[in-house]
Amino acid sequence: MTTTAAPATARKPATMAQALTRALRDAMADDPSVHVMGEDVGTLGGVFRVTDGLAKEFGEDRCTDTALAEAGILGTAVGMAMYGLRPVVEMQFDAFAYPAFEQLISHVARMRNRTRGALTMPLTIRIPYGGGIGGVEHHSDSSEAYYLATPGLQVVTPATVEDAYGLLRAAIASDDPVVFLEPKRLYWSKADWSPDAPAEVAPLGRAAVRRRGSSATLITYGPSLPVCMEAAEAAGAEGWDLEVVDLRSLMPFDDDTVCASVRRTGRAVVVHESNGFGGPGGEIAARITERCFHHLEAPVLRVAGFDIPYPPPMLERHHLPGVDRILDTIARLQWESDWTEGRGA
Amino acid sequence: MTVLEQPGSSRKKSSLAGPPPAWRPRVDPAPLLPDEEPYRLLGTDAAARLDSGLLTRLYVQLVRGRRYNAQATALTRQGRLAVYPSSTGQEACEVAAALALEDRDWLFPSYRDTLAAVARGLDPVQALTLLRGDWHNGYDPHEHRIAPLCTPLATQLPHAVGLAHAARLKGDEVVALAMVGDGGTSEGDFHEALNFAAVWQAPVVFLVQNNGFAISVPLAKQTAAPSLAHKAVGYGMPGRLVDGNDAPAMHEVLTEAVQRARRGGGPTLVEAVTYRIEAHTNADDATRYRSDTEVETWRSHDPIALLEHELTARDLLTDEFVAATRDGAEQLAAGLRERMNADPELDPMDLFTHVFAEQTGQLRAQAALLRAELDAEANGYTEDTAGADGSAEEARP
Repeated sequence: MTTTAAPATARKPATMAQALTRALRDAMADDPSVHVMGEDVGTLGGVFRVTDGLAKEFGEDRCTDTALAEAGILGTAVGMAMYGLRPVVEMQFDAFAYPAFEQLISHVARMRNRTRGALTMPLTIRIPYGGGIGGVEHHSDSSEAYYLATPGLQVVTPATVEDAYGLLRAAIASDDPVVFLEPKRLYWSKADWSPDAPAEVAPLGRAAVRRRGSSATLITYGPSLPVCMEAAEAAGAEGWDLEVVDLRSLMPFDDDTVCASVRRTGRAVVVHESNGFGGPGGEIAARITERCFHHLEAPVLRVAGFDIPYPPPMLERHHLPGVDRILDTIARLQWESDWTEGRGA
Repeated sequence: MTVLEQPGSSRKKSSLAGPPPAWRPRVDPAPLLPDEEPYRLLGTDAAARLDSGLLTRLYVQLVRGRRYNAQATALTRQGRLAVYPSSTGQEACEVAAALALEDRDWLFPSYRDTLAAVARGLDPVQALTLLRGDWHNGYDPHEHRIAPLCTPLATQLPHAVGLAHAARLKGDEVVALAMVGDGGTSEGDFHEALNFAAVWQAPVVFLVQNNGFAISVPLAKQTAAPSLAHKAVGYGMPGRLVDGNDAPAMHEVLTEAVQRARRGGGPTLVEAVTYRIEAHTNADDATRYRSDTEVETWRSHDPIALLEHELTARDLLTDEFVAATRDGAEQLAAGLRERMNADPELDPMDLFTHVFAEQTGQLRAQAALLRAELDAEANGYTEDTAGADGSAEEARP
């Protein structure tokens, strides 16, 4: 999707949450079939205020406070989509979405396929996800592996303020269901961003190279992007010139951008918050190995959350991949020959 | 009398001040509790007021439905259907559900409700593709406004609520009728759908076909409620208990519920008390969990026989009418037999056609792999299939 160019206006700091709100408002204004629904999205404006003001502006029929029932929220949204609406549902927190899994997997993901295109599911499921905000249990899960394991779902997660706007617009415009994972610890991250002149947004499924580098590629998404950027800066001091690829969309997966980068750098590390065993990093590492094996100077490594149920908030800093753990992993890429003799110095 | 003033209510008057106003339960002027006995028309004085045209219409559909069930069951024995959950004995529910709806309305059937879909006008072969195994859903749901036959239990109920709600938001007077079995009422989606429907006052009718068993588990192990229709009370919608083998009673109650919904009166829960004469499917052995005596008792309360009694009393069940009805049903069966015995033509490449609106790179590569395999198969595996055309790199998923 390409947003129309607007006159350049003064850019001022905006948060990711504000960009998301703006995306919802613009989508609703552009298309009367877009309906926002979920627990607390109306009067309260969402617990993270992402739907703030929508009920007032568009009425309760288009921004609807629902009963507290995730399967019911998603299940009724399926019926609404069948009748031509474009529902945008909010699951208040990552782990709150689990009651809706049957609807998601048995119906949302496969409706187009089972009806051979006669019934489509143009709906967006917004899920604030991930840790790092001191949430209590069931408020910090990274559940992307579950969604990735389900054919028929697109899985999208922004890491920047601009992408939060653009990717959400693209998700709502998509004729297929999108699980839109919002990294909740980046809700309050800021960028110089003018909502009146949003950047062009690539179609879903395009990764972005956030930092050019030559000695190894960090592949990441969502909440781990700022951590990887910081790690890349720190690694520079130690002589590593790291490239950082932000996937933006886990499904569709952008093999081309990832492989082009890895073939250039010869080394890859996948970084994400969700647990490593059975996590997205395993799939990504396998894809890289299958396609870039002869370009690799070292095994593809992963920096992921531990394989534990999400820890209590006072311990989560030990679980979440941080700069130090990424740097320690980078050091393991050195293999036998000294990297300074080869590429990247 | 409100719901909370029922005899046996544990709420006693107290000398304490009443609860704050926000705690007060909603008191609906409409009666919510169902009748104590299933509502019946056939065999009662009220049957006299029934329209003869309606009775003959119902009869024709019941006979066709019974024949359809028999034919489909026979097709499972011939290996033409993977499975067929018969609705023999429940035809009155199926037919009444279809006839209670107008063209603009939507039907949300479960896997046992092929008959309702056929009675609504769906091509009998298209109604069976799920069970034949050539595709999951063989028809365009928009054409007859019939949602895909739903295999997971009760999950189609919230879809019906959402669709009806969306229609009302658009200003269309469309009603959704959703069908579920007694076992399905125990699922969480049943609860959430009914709750949403009542809160939104959505134009939906929920039809529970209580046929006695969820595969082998009897109703007594499914619920402790006096009836499944009683469940409506807690949601704030009327519950109706009906004799599911009494076709005109089913038709009347469902039509009333549909009209009420169309007028903005909100949802209704209808429990049809009926019986599954056949086993759950051909894979089930019903003798393990129920007695022949029980089945025979229900056979004597057969929906077709009940209606024939009324038609006879009206001199409508003439030899001519019976023969014409039977011939029509035989033609339906013969057509079904003939078409189902032809092998469907399937294109394996369809596997990738409708996963996403826009094919992903991963699926394009997998489609190329399958294409190469199919070509190799067609060529009799004469060459090395992997990478014969140099596309192995691309074809690898």
